[in-house]
Amino acid sequence: MTEKRKYMTVPRESATFDRLTMAEIRRAADTGIYDIRGAGAKRKLPHFDDLLFLGASMSRYPLEGYREKCNTTVTLGNRFAKKPIELEIPITIAGMSFGALSAYAKEALGRGASAVGTSTTTGDGGMTPEERGQSTKLVYQYLPSRYGMNPDDLRKADAIEVVLGQGAKPGGGGMLLGQKITDRVAKMRTLPKGVDQRSACRHPDWTGPDDLEIKIKELREITDWQVPIYIKVGATRTYYDVKLAVKAGADVIVVDGMQGGTAATQDVFIEHVGIPTMAAIPQAVQALQEMGMHRKVQLIVSGGIRNGADVAKCMALGADAVAIGTAAMVALGDNDPKWEDEYQKLGSTAGSYDDWHEGRDPAGISTQDPELMKRFDPIEGGRRLANYLRVLTLEAQTLARACGKNDLRNLEPEDLVALTVESAAMARVPLAGTSWIPGQQQTF
Amino acid sequence: MSTNNLAEQTAAFETINGVGTVDLAVQTVRDLNQALHDQHKEMTIEKWDVLNPKGHHNLAVGVNQKLKIDIHGPAGYYCAGMNQEAEITIHGHTGQGVAENMMSGLVRVKGNASSAAGATAHGGLLVIEGDAGSRCGISMKGVDILVKGSVGHMSCFMGQAGVLAVCGDAGEALGDSLYEAHIYVKGSVKSLGADCIEKEMRAEHIEELTELFERAGVTDQDPRDFKRYGSARQLYNFKVDNAGSY
Repeated sequence: MTEKRKYMTVPRESATFDRLTMAEIRRAADTGIYDIRGAGAKRKLPHFDDLLFLGASMSRYPLEGYREKCNTTVTLGNRFAKKPIELEIPITIAGMSFGALSAYAKEALGRGASAVGTSTTTGDGGMTPEERGQSTKLVYQYLPSRYGMNPDDLRKADAIEVVLGQGAKPGGGGMLLGQKITDRVAKMRTLPKGVDQRSACRHPDWTGPDDLEIKIKELREITDWQVPIYIKVGATRTYYDVKLAVKAGADVIVVDGMQGGTAATQDVFIEHVGIPTMAAIPQAVQALQEMGMHRKVQLIVSGGIRNGADVAKCMALGADAVAIGTAAMVALGDNDPKWEDEYQKLGSTAGSYDDWHEGRDPAGISTQDPELMKRFDPIEGGRRLANYLRVLTLEAQTLARACGKNDLRNLEPEDLVALTVESAAMARVPLAGTSWIPGQQQTF
Repeated sequence: MSTNNLAEQTAAFETINGVGTVDLAVQTVRDLNQALHDQHKEMTIEKWDVLNPKGHHNLAVGVNQKLKIDIHGPAGYYCAGMNQEAEITIHGHTGQGVAENMMSGLVRVKGNASSAAGATAHGGLLVIEGDAGSRCGISMKGVDILVKGSVGHMSCFMGQAGVLAVCGDAGEALGDSLYEAHIYVKGSVKSLGADCIEKEMRAEHIEELTELFERAGVTDQDPRDFKRYGSARQLYNFKVDNAGSY
């Protein structure tokens, strides 16, 4: 070894200017356009993996795993609606639009949800017959764009979800790029074929919570007070948003954390706006409890729910139900390794593919291309989703029984501890092995 | 007070000379809307009078029958919202969002309308005999709107389809981010919004406006006095060169 080589330093990658960062700088310089993609935040965030359950032992009494019942049913919307929604399981399908997804994919979501007695949700662009036909419980989203919005569909819905924002882009509107504005999508949205559709970020005919209260009454009047009305917010100032939503008259509040997915928006939006789902739940529950409305106005939580443990942890923190979107797409077949060759051709890889807005999804789910759509079988997709939902439910029940709970909604924060200081502070549960909840007064 | 069988099952109202009459000094908005909705199942009373509206919100919303409804006084927010087929006349001013998301039918405001008149409406005709506030026809999707007075700022923002005709003046940023809605203004336009330009008034546009005036019962306007505005269609697809327009 020469003297010179002996003293050479090892090439050191910058933590600030890492390869991804520099690649993005080069891409921006090449194209002059920000990156648009689907899915939710991909950065490492404090999440439910940072929480653990305290199973029963001497001080708590467990239930038998396969013999003693653990209730999973939940009633949503019994504050004002004449016909609340009764769910067999507390896991619903989040709003995803026809346009972003194919009609077959929407049909599959309906099939899967209905098979296990839960609800699915429309999205920007209106209600399709395929979706309504296969969904025994369908929540109709009322969005700022009002694309495809009509009172006949409103009356066909089992609930109405007034969307103020979503976790992937609180404060932003939706996008559906021209590749996916086919004749059918364009007709439903009253748009020219092939335009890059930019949905409005706020509702056109109300501007604040006092207006929203009147708007909700309008929706109730039009539907003769029959169906529940949800308000969906992206998780940001959740404590205040939930209080205002209750005041505005919501039956159900949906809080979507920043891990929640979108069909398309700017990457900078997805990664830099909002708060993690885990941090939002205690804020929402606190707001409801202070108003005496916890369990009276139901709380649905979404954003990064992947397995039964996530479901159980959300419910232990005070949610009445959860909603899944990205996970449901994966269950249908999105990002499946069997399409790896085609993901590679698109410059991606199975598990990382998020260019859902381009309409070239090899799995045939987030596309309007007739040839790609043929690859997806809605019956098989529905079966897969139903299987997945059953597994989530069984897993959540397993954890609840281990904590001695005969109802998923009996899980409580006292059943949880945190692995990190950050998650303890956000979830407001003690750091494992201590009684310390950062930011909270110690009570014992 | 006389009631018919249908009304006995739902909401009480008076019937005076064959006209269903709901007095909001006595009855509720719920009574009114339920009575009107019940007419969808079987139309037993075609004409309706609403007395003492006094700015109540959500009057005659979600009507889906060919009723003729007269609201005798000022109405609050969302009057005639999501109307289908009915002919609704407000003998007074209206609050925000009159005829929002209307699908069909006719809504006529004898006075002024507040902001977001005809917002997102898909069809039908909205006639405002006075002035309209800001964002008149915002995100309109096929409705025709005729304003005999002036409109406020950001009118026809993101207008997708239909016609907005203004016999007076238009405020700032008219037709911002416009899609395919047609705009006609007789008076001055304070400014045009992004991607909205003045366009040639051709014969088919004179014809379109003439037909609109006829439907609206307007006889004192000449279509040739109007200017036409529409989308330049430069922002339909994202181009970095247009970044300054967003």
